[in-house]
Amino acid sequence: MASNSSSDRQRIAQQRLRIIAGHLQGPVDSDSTILAAECKAQGSKTDVSSERKTMPRRRQEILKWNGWGYSDTRFLFNKKGQAEFTGKRYRLSGMIIPALQNWFEGTFGASMQHKSPAMPILTSSAVQPPTLNEAFVDELKSTGIPFSHDAEDRVFRGHGHCLHEVFALREGKVGRVPDIVVWPNCHNDVVKIVELACKHNVCLIPYGGGTSVSSALECPPEETRCIVSLDTSQMNRILWIDEKNLTAHVEAGIVGQELERLLNESGYCTGHEPDSMEFSSLGGWVATRASGMKKNIYGNIEDLVVHVKMVTPQGVIEKGCQCPRMSTGPDIHHFIMGSEGTLGVVTEVTMKIRPMPEYQKYGSVVFPNFEQGVACLREVAKQRCAPASIRLMDNEQFKFGHALKPQVSSIFTSFLDGLKKFYITKFKGFDPDRLCVATLLFEGDREKVLQHEKQVYDIAAKFGGLAAGEDNGQRGYMLTFVIAYLRDLGMDYYVIGESFETSVPWDRVLDICWNVKARIIQECKDKGVQFSPLSTCRVTQTYDAGACVYFYFAFNYRGLSDPVHVYEQVEHAAREEILANGGSLSHHHGVGKLRKEWMRETISDVGMGMLKSVKNYVDPKNIFGNRNLI
Amino acid sequence: MAVNALYSHRDPMLKKRDDFEDILEERRNSSDLKYALRCYTPVLYKGVTPCTSSMLKSMVLQSDQLHYVINQVSKETGKATDDVKEEASAILEEMAQCLQLSTVRFFAFTLTKAFKTLFRSICVNEDGIQRLQQAIQEHPVVLLPSHRSYMDFLLMSYILYTYDVALPVIAAGMDFMGMKFVGEMLRMSGAFFIRRSFGGDKLYWALFSEYVKTMLKNGFAPVEFFLEGTRSRTSKSLTPKLGLLNIVMDPFLKGEVFDVNVVPVSISYERVLEETLYARELLGIPKPKESTSGLFKARKILSEDFGSIHVYFGQPVSVRSLAQGKVNRCQFNLVPRHIPRRPGEDIASFVNDSAYRLVRAQEENMVLKPWVLVASLLLQHHHQNQAAGQKRGIALGELTAQAVWLRDLSRQYGAFLHWPDHIPPSEVVSSSLTLHRGLVRVCEEKVQLAVEQAAGPAGPGPHSSVAPEEELLSQAVIILSCASYRNQALHVFVRPALLALAIHTASSNQKQEVFNSFSFLRNMFSNEFILCPGATVQDFEEACYLLVKTGALQFTQQEVQVTERGHRTLAFLSSMLDPFLQGYQVVCRFLCEEATETLIEKQFIPAVRKFIKKHLLAGRLRYMEVLSSDLQKNSLAALLRLGAVRKIKGVEQEMLKVNKVMVNSLEDTLGGKLPTPKAAVARL
Ligand SMILES: Cc1cc2nc3c(=O)[nH]c(=O)nc-3n(C[C@H](O)[C@H](O)[C@H](O)COP(=O)(O)OP(=O)(O)OC[C@H]3O[C@@H](n4cnc5c(N)ncnc54)[C@H](O)[C@@H]3O)c2cc1C
Repeated sequence: MASNSSSDRQRIAQQRLRIIAGHLQGPVDSDSTILAAECKAQGSKTDVSSERKTMPRRRQEILKWNGWGYSDTRFLFNKKGQAEFTGKRYRLSGMIIPALQNWFEGTFGASMQHKSPAMPILTSSAVQPPTLNEAFVDELKSTGIPFSHDAEDRVFRGHGHCLHEVFALREGKVGRVPDIVVWPNCHNDVVKIVELACKHNVCLIPYGGGTSVSSALECPPEETRCIVSLDTSQMNRILWIDEKNLTAHVEAGIVGQELERLLNESGYCTGHEPDSMEFSSLGGWVATRASGMKKNIYGNIEDLVVHVKMVTPQGVIEKGCQCPRMSTGPDIHHFIMGSEGTLGVVTEVTMKIRPMPEYQKYGSVVFPNFEQGVACLREVAKQRCAPASIRLMDNEQFKFGHALKPQVSSIFTSFLDGLKKFYITKFKGFDPDRLCVATLLFEGDREKVLQHEKQVYDIAAKFGGLAAGEDNGQRGYMLTFVIAYLRDLGMDYYVIGESFETSVPWDRVLDICWNVKARIIQECKDKGVQFSPLSTCRVTQTYDAGACVYFYFAFNYRGLSDPVHVYEQVEHAAREEILANGGSLSHHHGVGKLRKEWMRETISDVGMGMLKSVKNYVDPKNIFGNRNLI
Repeated sequence: MAVNALYSHRDPMLKKRDDFEDILEERRNSSDLKYALRCYTPVLYKGVTPCTSSMLKSMVLQSDQLHYVINQVSKETGKATDDVKEEASAILEEMAQCLQLSTVRFFAFTLTKAFKTLFRSICVNEDGIQRLQQAIQEHPVVLLPSHRSYMDFLLMSYILYTYDVALPVIAAGMDFMGMKFVGEMLRMSGAFFIRRSFGGDKLYWALFSEYVKTMLKNGFAPVEFFLEGTRSRTSKSLTPKLGLLNIVMDPFLKGEVFDVNVVPVSISYERVLEETLYARELLGIPKPKESTSGLFKARKILSEDFGSIHVYFGQPVSVRSLAQGKVNRCQFNLVPRHIPRRPGEDIASFVNDSAYRLVRAQEENMVLKPWVLVASLLLQHHHQNQAAGQKRGIALGELTAQAVWLRDLSRQYGAFLHWPDHIPPSEVVSSSLTLHRGLVRVCEEKVQLAVEQAAGPAGPGPHSSVAPEEELLSQAVIILSCASYRNQALHVFVRPALLALAIHTASSNQKQEVFNSFSFLRNMFSNEFILCPGATVQDFEEACYLLVKTGALQFTQQEVQVTERGHRTLAFLSSMLDPFLQGYQVVCRFLCEEATETLIEKQFIPAVRKFIKKHLLAGRLRYMEVLSSDLQKNSLAALLRLGAVRKIKGVEQEMLKVNKVMVNSLEDTLGGKLPTPKAAVARL
């Protein structure tokens, strides 16, 4: 980085901001975010950054309480029936998306006439009064750590973003939710809270960004103790950056976009970009073994973590040094990563950082069919020349992407008009109902990026792939940020859906894609779903020995008496199909409670025993009682 | 086995079946040539483009599976991989089909001519064809016709061509290749050829299974084979062979296709072309070799009337739904799928169960002609009269009345009976007799089997010009031919008949005793009839249900009671199985009396045959049917399965080691001589 002038740094930082995390227009600060208690233990340390954009304690002030993302941002069909994306945060914000309605009605058999609106506000009578452990509350008060048992605060921490969770909220239904929310400000606060919890036997559930899609944040209904949600959002400082070793020591509550923004200011990045990075937290990533879009360059969370500190009922667990690799028995990080909040709270993490890349370039390749596309990805992986990101969307997703083309926009002007023109002018021999597209993201030195790009396009050409421009690629990535908002739009019109993922050896990729999609369609039919569902997939990550596959699935539920149950049955069947086809239980979403039933067959009896014995030693009273995983 | 459970059965009479359409009718009224040259544009699986046979071969040779096995064989034998490859390529050459539309058209033309002279009609259920069309577009399809005649697969292709359905590729036995020209013709109409046995030959197995899977997975063509492995010479369904079924289910089990649709097809001939040929074969009278000239000699049959054929395309069965909850497909996750592996126990029993279910599905839709009932009655009369020393036959009127009784009974049991109700029963019976005039004699309104024919009017005796043994055989030809018609109806009656027999042999009326007896008999005969493995209780309940429903049985508390009118039914049913019972007993007796400690396996049939002939000639046995080698083989298989006989590897050939005590007690139990079959069952 020494060679870079600071203005260069500034420029790159700005560009990066624009490209990835730049959806945010500005800080949404509210007075309530001002630190409530100074953390004495760390009072001497200074924050690396001057300006912090902390998630307010009352998240509901800027985020939807019953849907995805920011309150000011949503899709809607306007009076003319055209889809519109509101707000100012995203590139797509304020734009009209003319093709969406057609695609939406055609794909789902949905209609603008049939609306299924959500309950606008939460009636507090729907929320059970909190079960308070008075002794615990008294002692907690004396620590000065802020907490709340306000109904809205509690409801917000009682769910993640699984379909059934959001659907229930839209109907104003609330099940068991935490009784208290507490906001520690630093590691020592967490130590105190855990001590008190053990002393008074209350149940603790760590809460990071709340983006879980595995029912991990759901409170076990059978839990009779007082449940305390430990919201890490106020622990969001970068404590230090070590430029010699290229590491940063960060508090675990920081959310992805904030971490990148702050590091970028110093010319660095982690490069860890899960699609949920706007909201998900560092601690959440560690707790779920998250995976970022650009793992090909930067690695998944397990590759990025150098040191972790976790507070458990038995005390603090951490390694005694910040070393790159050790041969000291099983790596204790691997008990922590993926523990899903069952063992303790991750409070601080040392992460690898990299100088920000000089140059980024999107790209796309259109293949005549999915088989060819998969063959190309396999070859790219074999030659170990995968770009920062490479994703292969199937035909349905390709069309979906096209339906999201905004009306006019400087960024999209180079884009030809309409799907038809697109393939007629450029991809004559290709069947529009079979072709599929791979989206690419290259990163690094300008020269190397161009070289790399050529290498990948050359391989693609061997599999019949034709370069299809940067915009197409960029739009593909945009889709992943707005998809969660789209689900809320669907739910306004009787359409429910979800995504799920798996990893699978290369030789099984094609088969698993066909079979799982076919299974979804068949199950929907068997369960009385009137209109054939959207059942689509993309190969979203490549590895030496296999790939990660991501499925989207949505259907129109008009005429079904219990749509969520049908949905869950279909997803269950789809997961069985995945397992029967040699796929994993999860590549990165984790197990939570949603996929617990398959853990035994996934890791064997002995494996279960190992995990259980660790749990029994670390947390014999089941203080971390979210009952995930095992 | 609670009594209540008896009545939970679905009434077989309510079985819904499609109507038939005669496809020859149109042929009789329009140009055969035009028909043969008509535009043929079948719809294929997911609209795949057809693949040439050479493309197919190279796909097979280049597959991961073959690659793996070729390397393995090369390592084991020390041969160069290129040599093994060449060998593989040659095997594939010998195996592969090369379907050509021109050949199909040639057959369409010639078969039309032949069919029109041989048969009155060829009836097909068009709804079934429609279901098949649908199935072909959705998933790869396997066609499983029943196998009673060489004609079966030509007939299948002929029908599919007629309805514009994708032509299948057919697994055929190598013996066809003996007929050079015909073999090649068949190859060009879609047949591919497999050696009858290739036991440990890895390369052959790999090629063969990969060849079938490649065709199936890619949906190039429906794959057709005979679940029974070979033509049934007895008209009874044969115990299914599992090799090919394993292969076609494999792509589903390994997740290479979403599903496979299996379509059982029931082909029923009013008269089988091979009728007496089969009887002679079963009796060990040397059969003419399957040669081209032999087939042409068969031209004389062109002048005969073979009645009609009914072809019923059954409901497509999804392998996925068959496997639901029965197999855990995850077991294929840990080893690359192209590495050949012996299927696990759960897979083996799943395939076996499925095979039985599919054979039963074939049986259920077999059309029975009135003659099948008439033949059953005539056989029983023949043996009763013989026992009583009478030789006069049964009065036509009496026969008709009994046939009507049996018609109603079989309908209640769910038989797919084609009895023309608009024609007076007496006419129905006489026209059956006319069509089968080779097997019956009608003289002065009396009907009897044509067993005297060969021996001349004088009958057996010292003055006869024919050697007694020869006469015996020629009578047996007639009996076995008739029995093969009766056998067509066995699947309808076998469960109630086993119950009738069980009631007969059980030591008391106690329901538990009867069940034990039933269970013993069912177990004993499970190589003889299609009885689904592990379904003893269901079968028992079904049998009880049918007999109670038709008023032949009553259940009081713990007892089984035969009703007044039930005696007739039960007598009929148990005499239906009598020949089999006697057959098994005589085989047991042979093994106890004649066999030395060990017996060369190959010697078994000739020796038992000699033993039986001796007893028949001495008048100690009632049923000539016991001369059937099919029955003898089945009973040996049963004894082997039960462990009463064991196979041991001799120096040069396989030997049979007989446990005489056990065989003896089995024989006694079959004859109802033991106080309770429990003891015998316990010993099994
Ligand atoms: C639209 C969308 C896109 C997504 N894309 C990705 C993706 O690309 N890659 C990916 O990996 N995942 C993705 N996810 C899933 C989710 O974002 C990840 O699982 C993420 O790591 C969760 O982080 P979080 O901070 O939101 O944790 P939460 O949802 O708050 O919690 C998840 C689990 O971790 C525990 N936990 C949280 N913080 C801590 C802590 N500090 N210490 C101990 N336990 C803790 C909780 O108790 C809970 O069990 C996506 C989810 C959505 C909704």
